[in-house]
Amino acid sequence: MSLRPDLAIIAANVARGSRVLDVGCGDGALMAALRDERQCDARGLELNAGDVASAVARGLSVVQGDADSDLADYPDASFDYAILSQTLQTTRRPDWVLDQLLRIGGQAFVSFPNFAHWRVRASLLWGGRMPVTRLLPLKWYATPNIHHVTIDDFRALVKERGIRIEGCWFLTGDKQTGAGLANLLAEHAVFLLRK
Amino acid sequence: MSDDPRFGLARTVTMPGPLRLDGGALLSPVDIAYETYGTLNGDAGNAVLICHALTGDQHVASDHPVTGKPGWWTRMVGPGKPIDTDRYFVICSNVIGSCLGSSGPATVNPATGKPWGMAFPVITIRDMVRAQAMLLDHLGIARLYAVVGGSMGGMQALSWAATLPDRVAAAVVIASAARHSAQNIAFHEVGRQAIMADPNWREGDYYADGAPPAAGLAVARMAAHITYLSEAGLTAKFGRKLQSREQKTFGFDADFQVESYLRHQGLSFVERFDANSYLYITRALDYFDLAEEHGTLANAFKGSATRFCLVSFDTDWLYPTSESRSIVHAMNAAGAAASFVELSSPFGHDAFLLESPELARVVGGFLRAGGH
Repeated sequence: MSLRPDLAIIAANVARGSRVLDVGCGDGALMAALRDERQCDARGLELNAGDVASAVARGLSVVQGDADSDLADYPDASFDYAILSQTLQTTRRPDWVLDQLLRIGGQAFVSFPNFAHWRVRASLLWGGRMPVTRLLPLKWYATPNIHHVTIDDFRALVKERGIRIEGCWFLTGDKQTGAGLANLLAEHAVFLLRK
Repeated sequence: MSDDPRFGLARTVTMPGPLRLDGGALLSPVDIAYETYGTLNGDAGNAVLICHALTGDQHVASDHPVTGKPGWWTRMVGPGKPIDTDRYFVICSNVIGSCLGSSGPATVNPATGKPWGMAFPVITIRDMVRAQAMLLDHLGIARLYAVVGGSMGGMQALSWAATLPDRVAAAVVIASAARHSAQNIAFHEVGRQAIMADPNWREGDYYADGAPPAAGLAVARMAAHITYLSEAGLTAKFGRKLQSREQKTFGFDADFQVESYLRHQGLSFVERFDANSYLYITRALDYFDLAEEHGTLANAFKGSATRFCLVSFDTDWLYPTSESRSIVHAMNAAGAAASFVELSSPFGHDAFLLESPELARVVGGFLRAGGH
């Protein structure tokens, strides 16, 4: 089974045998890969009951819960990594969630769709409508993405919070792209952070 | 099947004990009625203990000896079922204090040669677990592949993991709680008072003449049964429909279907259950508070190598999702490997006994992930 490209980047950069918390783990695809291929002790948090059931049924330790409230229950530094993939923009308080990730994990992987990608810009600029793209497929009233974020916005937040960026990867389609003009050209970003 | 007389249906073992109870008393001898299903592996590593609820029994997947009805969890236990008896060696034992063959108020007190009645010592959930551990010793099982239970059975599963962590590899806790709330205790007290107010109860000394406090026990069951259902479930099933009549009678007959149903539940219950056992087991439930036993709830799971799976149902108001969540929070704080999911069902607390493909998928998958 092949992982989504942003998850594949995360899986390839997690240290073997580490303890990982996957926040918004879905049906546990990344967790299973981390467990089976990198011998990680992976735990998950997921809102959707059907996804939790699927993950538990494949032998993963996943708790049904909400990142916006339940991260507070995890002890400090209880994981080597906290992972938040494609979920930051759906949280009510992304800045609080980011702080929690770095409180719980020594490092954090955060991936999100870039709202400053040129297709998104063009859609707003020329169409005057909220963008509906491959990574943002739902109309404005139906989208769970309540806090759209651009790569530059994210860098600014991270700087403001005194968080170090230890790695970053950019994706367009399923291909990695360079960091140059990423805020315009990348559809999707993955950051590795440390407090 | 093995021809070992310890294994099979309708077994009873009398162990000398003594079993030291949380209340301080020593219970001796200790009778345990139990059943086993499937075959114990050579390394005794595939044993799954199923713990029953308040009025349950050891007949998890065999016909009940009194009612003739199929076992109470045949949906989940059997060949090819989520708790697969082709794969696992399944044990289910009647809890001490109950009335299907294990030591309880209706069994004989060796000191007097008569039924214990209210002289039977008050027991706890942890006492039930320790008695089960004695049974496992008898069966030659050092460590359980898993312990599984719903409702009071889930409390036993939690107590197993907290009390004897080295003997449990995995625990499945369904529709349960780590303590009894004031509301839980309150409902039980109504039931106990109904029994004790029945003139036939006679301080629990009613075994000799065959006139048990049936009316009191039936009322206790009726009150408790309401807590096992959801309001939406009752409305969907009965609404305000009248029972076999066109109009109200302006009397106190069972005009409404829901009244008739509850009366039937009460009457059929007294056929198969002992009133004193009901007093003792509800007391054990009310005394249950895992956090109190361990200082904090997280302490109960500290350093635990046991894998946990908790399931709640969204319409269960007896042991609501918030109770499971607080257990999961404690497990997270203790670093224990915990899974939790709230499933949707219209059937309230009883949902764990009913058809639920999602419950089957979660429990089956969780158990298989343990390696057997």
